Amino acid sequence: MYSEKVLDHFRNPRNVGKIENPDGVGKVGNPVCGDVMVMYLKIKEDVIEDARFETFGCGAAIATSSMATELIKGKTIEEARQISNNAVAEALDGLPPVKMHCSVLAEEGIKAAIEDYLQKKKEQ
Amino acid sequence: MIYLDYNATTPCDKRVVEAMLPFFQEKFGNPSSLYYLGQEAKNAIEETRERIARFIGARKEEIIFTSGGTEANNLAIRGTIEALKKKGNHLITSSIEHHSVLKVFQSLEKEGFEVTYLPVNDAGQLDPDTLQKSIRPSTILISIMQANNETGVIEPIKELASLAQTKGIVFHTDAVQTMGKIPIKVKDLGVSLLSASAHKFYGPKGIGFLYLRKGTPLSPQIRGGEHERRKRAGTENVPAIVGMGKATEIAAGEMEAETKKVETLRNTLEEGLLSTIPEIEVVSQKAPRLFNTSLILVKDVEGESMLLNLDFEGIEVSSGSACTSGSLEPSHVLLACGYPHEIAHGSIRFSLGKFNTAEEINQVLEVFPKIVEKLRKISPFGKSEVH
Repeated sequence: MYSEKVLDHFRNPRNVGKIENPDGVGKVGNPVCGDVMVMYLKIKEDVIEDARFETFGCGAAIATSSMATELIKGKTIEEARQISNNAVAEALDGLPPVKMHCSVLAEEGIKAAIEDYLQKKKEQ
Repeated sequence: MIYLDYNATTPCDKRVVEAMLPFFQEKFGNPSSLYYLGQEAKNAIEETRERIARFIGARKEEIIFTSGGTEANNLAIRGTIEALKKKGNHLITSSIEHHSVLKVFQSLEKEGFEVTYLPVNDAGQLDPDTLQKSIRPSTILISIMQANNETGVIEPIKELASLAQTKGIVFHTDAVQTMGKIPIKVKDLGVSLLSASAHKFYGPKGIGFLYLRKGTPLSPQIRGGEHERRKRAGTENVPAIVGMGKATEIAAGEMEAETKKVETLRNTLEEGLLSTIPEIEVVSQKAPRLFNTSLILVKDVEGESMLLNLDFEGIEVSSGSACTSGSLEPSHVLLACGYPHEIAHGSIRFSLGKFNTAEEINQVLEVFPKIVEKLRKISPFGKSEVH
């Protein structure tokens, strides 16, 4: 049911964990629905230097979180905001239709973390 | 490969396969044919009917062969209702039934029947008093499973069915998880209808039966011939029926010894997991339960991710998590037991069988705590917020 890439990112997730003093944090999903993702960003001059995640969820939720962090590392926040859930799913060679909502979680996680960064920047 | 999903299906016993083989190419006759080849097949399926009847304490003519448990459940419910709908429009079932029962009742609701879904307590057990209070003059059918496929909890069918009997209401039990595992005597249970499926007790897939107590009205749901005393048309699946007969014969002889062996393994597994993994729970551990089933709730980890990691290690289990069923809802059984959604998402079911060994259980005990630890590290929950 899952592609090789999904299984690889699920089995060996990249960028797991927290970032100390992150510049942006996005928490999306809901434990009631069975998936929660927290994304931590380290951003310097609007470029994402590091991205890490913690996820409670199924295989697809963990794999999409892992792929999302890979996709945004080194990108500007503008570029990262353009990444759609479909792009995350495609980078994993696709997801089964019932699992597409997991890729939405990844897209929302990226956006929420960037919003948090911009909000903090405004407050400074 | 370590297979621990016997409640989903079982491998065929070798003796079952051997018994079936002649009925594909040599004894291939149609049981409805009057010549020798047909009658040879007819005799073979009648022998199975006799054997199953004896095993559950029924008469031979009370056994109807079906394509499996799902069809037996559909036939029991829809067949009874079609026959009795002039007498009333109220039906009773439980909130923890298998989907092959629940979905039938849900479709009947759309057709105008009123359905009461009985609640269970936090151990997954039904209360006879609750059933009694739910019975109305218009109640025509009560359907309650004998044991739950997820938790393994055994329901008090005898008490529940006796309530139906005193009011003259038809009582059906889905015995798919109990047939071949625990002794069943339909007269003791007091049920009018009982469904079972061969592939849950080392028989082939695609065959099951419905016990229909003599005198219980039932309208056929598949028409087209005089088969099965006009209750279920269609040329009989002779090899599968013979296989189910053999599986029943084996169960009759070996069930008791097997129960002891498998229960010991199951208990070793539970004790081992409980002593090595913090914050886990065995669902309904104190309730009367099938000896082979262990439903575990693991805090802060989602079920499918445990299932996949076990699969990487060659261990096959099942999960009641939303993500394995294709819907977003976790197990309706765990929700009915009162577990919150976030806990119900973290379920993993081990169901053991006669081919499991102590070495296999040790292997699971070696591997599973590491998987939980790994997934808890990925999870945002259950950690101190202080760095």
